[in-house]
Amino acid sequence: MRFGRISSLLLVTALLSIAAAGCEREERRFREVPPAADQSTNVVQSDLQPGPSIVATATQHPYDDNAYAIASGKRLYVQMNCAGCHGLAGGGSIGPPLLDDKWIYGSDPSNIFSTIVEGRPNGMPSWKGKLSNDQVWQLVAYVRDLSGLHRKDVRNSRGDNMAAVQDEQNRNRQTPRSSFEPPGSVTTP
Amino acid sequence: MARGVALVAALATLGCLKESSDDRPTREAVSAASASASGLPVIAPAATSADDGQWTMPQKDYANSRYSSLAEITPENAKNLKLAFTFSTGILRGHEAGPLVVNNTMYVVTPFPNYLYALDLTKEGAPMKWRYDPKPAASAQGVACCDVVNRGAVYYDGKIIYNTLDAHTVAVDAKDGHEVWNTKVGDINLGESVTMAPLVAKGKVFVGNSGGEFGVRGWIVALDAGSGKIAWRAYNTGPDSEVKIGPQFKPFYDQDKGKDLGVKTWPGDAWRTGGANVWGWLAYDPELDLLYHGTGNPGPWNPEQRPGDNKWSSGIFARRPDDGSAVWYYQWSYHDTFDYDGINEQVLLDMQFGGRPRKVLVRAERNGYVYVLDRQTGEVLSATPFGFVNSSKGVDLKTGRLIYATDKQPKLGEVTRNICPSSPGMKDWQPTAYSPRTGYLYIPHQNLCMDHEAVEANYIAGTPYVGMIAKFTSGPGGNRGVFQAWDIVNRKEVWSIPEKFPVWSGTLVTAGDVAFYGTMDGWFKVVNAKTGDVVWKFKTGSGIIGQPITYKGPDGHQYVAIMDGVGGWSGAIVAGGIDPRDSTAALGFVNAMKDLPAATTKGGMLYVFSL
Repeated sequence: MRFGRISSLLLVTALLSIAAAGCEREERRFREVPPAADQSTNVVQSDLQPGPSIVATATQHPYDDNAYAIASGKRLYVQMNCAGCHGLAGGGSIGPPLLDDKWIYGSDPSNIFSTIVEGRPNGMPSWKGKLSNDQVWQLVAYVRDLSGLHRKDVRNSRGDNMAAVQDEQNRNRQTPRSSFEPPGSVTTP
Repeated sequence: MARGVALVAALATLGCLKESSDDRPTREAVSAASASASGLPVIAPAATSADDGQWTMPQKDYANSRYSSLAEITPENAKNLKLAFTFSTGILRGHEAGPLVVNNTMYVVTPFPNYLYALDLTKEGAPMKWRYDPKPAASAQGVACCDVVNRGAVYYDGKIIYNTLDAHTVAVDAKDGHEVWNTKVGDINLGESVTMAPLVAKGKVFVGNSGGEFGVRGWIVALDAGSGKIAWRAYNTGPDSEVKIGPQFKPFYDQDKGKDLGVKTWPGDAWRTGGANVWGWLAYDPELDLLYHGTGNPGPWNPEQRPGDNKWSSGIFARRPDDGSAVWYYQWSYHDTFDYDGINEQVLLDMQFGGRPRKVLVRAERNGYVYVLDRQTGEVLSATPFGFVNSSKGVDLKTGRLIYATDKQPKLGEVTRNICPSSPGMKDWQPTAYSPRTGYLYIPHQNLCMDHEAVEANYIAGTPYVGMIAKFTSGPGGNRGVFQAWDIVNRKEVWSIPEKFPVWSGTLVTAGDVAFYGTMDGWFKVVNAKTGDVVWKFKTGSGIIGQPITYKGPDGHQYVAIMDGVGGWSGAIVAGGIDPRDSTAALGFVNAMKDLPAATTKGGMLYVFSL
């Protein structure tokens, strides 16, 4: 009887922890401090470096695995009118497309962060002072989501509006092109 | 289920309208124009061009006829046309402008960065005399809704005058290319840009802003042609004092009478971000002393955010050029729910109507009707569809109101399908031409329908303010473009040439009875103006969206010129490198243009032909 009680308690605990682990799809960090609180440090814009090149280390984006942040980024993408220029589904219009593998100002999260904050000379507005760091990071997360750069289970699924393109979750990853590969490296599609 | 019902309803409507196509909506309401009374409509004599060997304004003349009396090129000899010279602008965006020819010099204005080139026609190969660079702000590209186009320059009193994308008007010495004046007329941080071709009359340069997709409040401004100083500015929304509505204002229809309608026909302060821009064509009648300009779509596109007539958007004003005073106004598309922008060109003609001579303006309007208006009063004499229309059921000639089809209205969060014509309308900015020899209006246009869904638009100054998701599709027949000859007197099509892509180029017709136009897949075509037979064509490097012109060269022979360089709203998929996977990109145009990148590439080349 006693043993039975303990075992059932253990069973419940075990079940609960399994259930809890199932919920733990992602770690929700709601108030993420950007790695470089200063909005302009350590961001390299060009692949071309004179002399010996520093091996580029990709920024670990705090929201890369955060479904909540990616979904919030989508909301901001519409509300802040990013969609008006880059297309609701990221196909581009006034601005360049975001659902492909071409990145004019870099695909690294830190590059996208500074593109949004600083603006770019050919029409990209500067959002400095208009959005919190947190919101910019959410946008960065969604911008990367448009070309399928996140793991599948955290991506956005089908939207509510008239469908324009395959939903984010089922898009194939569009690996950003980069010149950082050593000479002789071969890529196949 | 609801979708199924909507679809069935849409099909049913389609069926109905097709069956009743003989019984066009306006037919009974209008007294028939007298076809045989005294011949064909003539171009308003006071508004015609005196010197026909030149091309000094994009419209050819104040009447917007785009008709030249040069007659050396004919349907019979057009097959002998050959290239005289070419010139590359070095710019690869949509080239919507046509060149000017003045004093044996050709002037070419490019899309952003808005270079102005002068070419010497007296020398072999037409070498460059000079280039002027207005150095517009590069950021202006971010507030240009539909490619970074420019629709042309105008010659006046020794100067070439045109607008730059970053909302400046510049005057350049036609002889040596030095800048005479440069006036900032708008602010890109409000989303304003300028893409239209100015018109000069009575020593004033008239310029309007673009930005109907950015919540920009529309205006027209008059600059002193000598100094560039602003003489007056009239807004197209807001209180009467700012719209320049005063004692002279006598609109024909009752709904346009009343105080401050530019405020009262909007909810709250929505008129401040209500569009009604002036990015299209101006006309001027020196005899009546009236300046005519259309007004663009109301903003945002989502109509649920702006209940009311939304005056003075999607209409036409007749104003006094001296001080901007409004004399009359007519609204083509009240409470415009489809982006049926009212900025197309008006062709000023004198003709018999209902048995008596009338001074009219004829306009192939975006909402799908060819309108004939009395240009003294703003009365609608007739409105006849020139293609397949199901978004409306006609124009009520008693009230002047467009009769919208209730089942095609956009709704928040709901998709409405098969709306014809689509947002760019039956015809967009691409101007028509009129030949007094045939009595036909030559209409380059598109044949597109759309599905759309309204969504909430959020106003942030300098960013898009649209609130509509759309997808355009081909209209009935599958051809997305049409080049059409329209009999103005009998109000019917005479012939038409279907084109695969929208016909986004302008047109030109001459006394040799040939008409010219270009296609987005790069064919420059010469057509027998009477029969519609294509008598000659030439393949250009890039697709054509420019405006053909003709002139008499220093050798006394007739030349015809066209720019290639695909782009504009329809060609943004190529010029702007849009990803065709996103059907809703370019405000929905991409869905109808997915095969354009396989048909043409970017360009920017001038081609000049002669016999």
